[in-house]
Amino acid sequence: MSDLNTAMVERYRTNFLKEVEANVEEGEWVKMCMQCGVCSGSCPLGKFWAHPPQEIFMMIRAGKREEVLSSDSMWMCTSCYNCIVRCPRELPITHIMHGLATYAKRLGLVPQNQPTAKFAQLFWDNLMKKGRVNELKLGLALYFMNGFGEGVKTALKKQKLGMNMMKTGRMNPMEILGGHAVKDLSGFQKVIQKAQELEDARIAQHGARQGA
Amino acid sequence: MTEVVATNETILVVGGGISGMTAALEAAETGKQVVLVEKRPYLGGRVSQLYKYFPKLCFPTCGLEINQRRAKTNPNLRVLTMAEVTGLKGEKGNYTATVRISPRYVNGNCTACGECEKAVSSEFDDEYNYGLGKRKGAYLPYRMAHPAQYVLDPRLIGTPEAEQAKAACKYDAIDLDMREESVDFPCGAVIWATGWQPYDAAKIQPYGYDRFPNVITSVEFERLADPQGPTGGKLVRPSDGKEAKRVAFIQCAGSRDRNHLLHCSRICCMASLKQCTYVADAWGTDADVSVYYIDLRAIDRFEDFYAKVRGIEQVKFIKSKPASIVADKEGNPVVHGVDTEGYNRYADTFDLVVLAVGMAPSVDRASFPVDIVLNREGFIEADEANGGVFAAGCASDALDVNRAVQHATGAALRAIQAVHGAAGVEG
Repeated sequence: MSDLNTAMVERYRTNFLKEVEANVEEGEWVKMCMQCGVCSGSCPLGKFWAHPPQEIFMMIRAGKREEVLSSDSMWMCTSCYNCIVRCPRELPITHIMHGLATYAKRLGLVPQNQPTAKFAQLFWDNLMKKGRVNELKLGLALYFMNGFGEGVKTALKKQKLGMNMMKTGRMNPMEILGGHAVKDLSGFQKVIQKAQELEDARIAQHGARQGA
Repeated sequence: MTEVVATNETILVVGGGISGMTAALEAAETGKQVVLVEKRPYLGGRVSQLYKYFPKLCFPTCGLEINQRRAKTNPNLRVLTMAEVTGLKGEKGNYTATVRISPRYVNGNCTACGECEKAVSSEFDDEYNYGLGKRKGAYLPYRMAHPAQYVLDPRLIGTPEAEQAKAACKYDAIDLDMREESVDFPCGAVIWATGWQPYDAAKIQPYGYDRFPNVITSVEFERLADPQGPTGGKLVRPSDGKEAKRVAFIQCAGSRDRNHLLHCSRICCMASLKQCTYVADAWGTDADVSVYYIDLRAIDRFEDFYAKVRGIEQVKFIKSKPASIVADKEGNPVVHGVDTEGYNRYADTFDLVVLAVGMAPSVDRASFPVDIVLNREGFIEADEANGGVFAAGCASDALDVNRAVQHATGAALRAIQAVHGAAGVEG
């Protein structure tokens, strides 16, 4: 358990719903769920979830903190928005799922080798270097995400696609050497830095108390 | 030309359903002059299209018959059918109403003998059966219609069939020269009893009402169950006439949904429980009924009825609002969702799915001929600003028949007080 996680447990004790409302994006909507089940039934990946959204909302209200935050479920969301469109109470379910995933990540509770979480990290790290995604490097990183052998296999399998993309000018092999950046890279970094400051301030407001 | 004798002490009632009839009769029986305006060719409204009432499972024809007799014998009541209020000017105690009357092409000589119906052949969708069946171009809207007068469909006018109908009539009751007319008359108070309409189920896209013939609405199912209905009371499904033994009821179809109707329509839970008994009565142990619900709202004394239906072995209750309906190769609707008691994923196949559609107000904001205060659901608020216009029944809220009749009686009293106030009478 991370220190932050221990601190959060200390602060919110038995009231996990309050913790979610304060710390998870759109978390204040969780109490509005009337348990009709339309979101769960509408989720195209629903059968791969250990706990569908409706159940997660109930678990939050029941204070099942560990089960929710270390769950694989919210990481399965593909942002298709079926649930948001159909929810009779207009809960921003997709956003809550991403909010829960983000919060779990912050607390260090993401299940090990969760592929969505791994990919998200790869994507973010790639993006931060040049202010744009280097698709060639991201693609290769993804191929080798699960080990060298599997990476070579995938690369060979996708060879034809890669060649075609190069031929049609959709992929530049030279991007492997560093790759090009956005026009104003330092400006981009400032934007990100500012956003991080704002986010940190928001987190501090609801987060663990000093010395807790 | 239609003439309406009225004064500023006359009460105008708009809508001749159970609420409008009640309000009009209650006011007329106190001695007030009442003009009742009804859009359809007959009185009774949506109650006339019900097979049975909940919770007693008695027949609405019984109460309608009593009200029809009260209407026939009361000299203070003037009924205008096929008529709509197009204008209302003035203020409490002094209104002028404009009413547009569509031609029936049949006058008061009609004895409802039915010879004109035999003489014509063209058929049209039967509005009384929500389009589930056909009727002739010369028709009595339904068996118990009041006034008991035939109607000629305007689409027949100008065709040889209209002449054939006229020639077949022995009582000189068919008048093909009738024209639409507009009449103005004074009134002191208005009771607005325009009722409700079933929410347009096609708007609930995942349920496929517009795509699957075996997904129907609760009002249509009511017609299927009625021995006077399009199937003679046999519960068969629309696509192929197969017996509908496995039936699903989906609650809150449009109600309690911010994408559709904001409010709980109040009647749908009880209506579906009632319709469960139709299926169980029709097929006995072969019946297989599932009710999908968020929560069942069988309030106060209805709890007993809920317990009774809960006791029927062939009826299952599934706590879940289904996510979607698809059709399999045989045209059977398959209901998909996840239940709330265990979070189990289901895909259940049925012969017929009935959507318990919600109650939407009949008249939209823009169509009111007079300034009126509506709530956010579109029902009429009891507000001083409405002057001498009072809502009765489902124009004011989603109500069952019992509550609509109570509300209409209250509206009659309000209207009487308004015309008394205007005339300077105590009371």
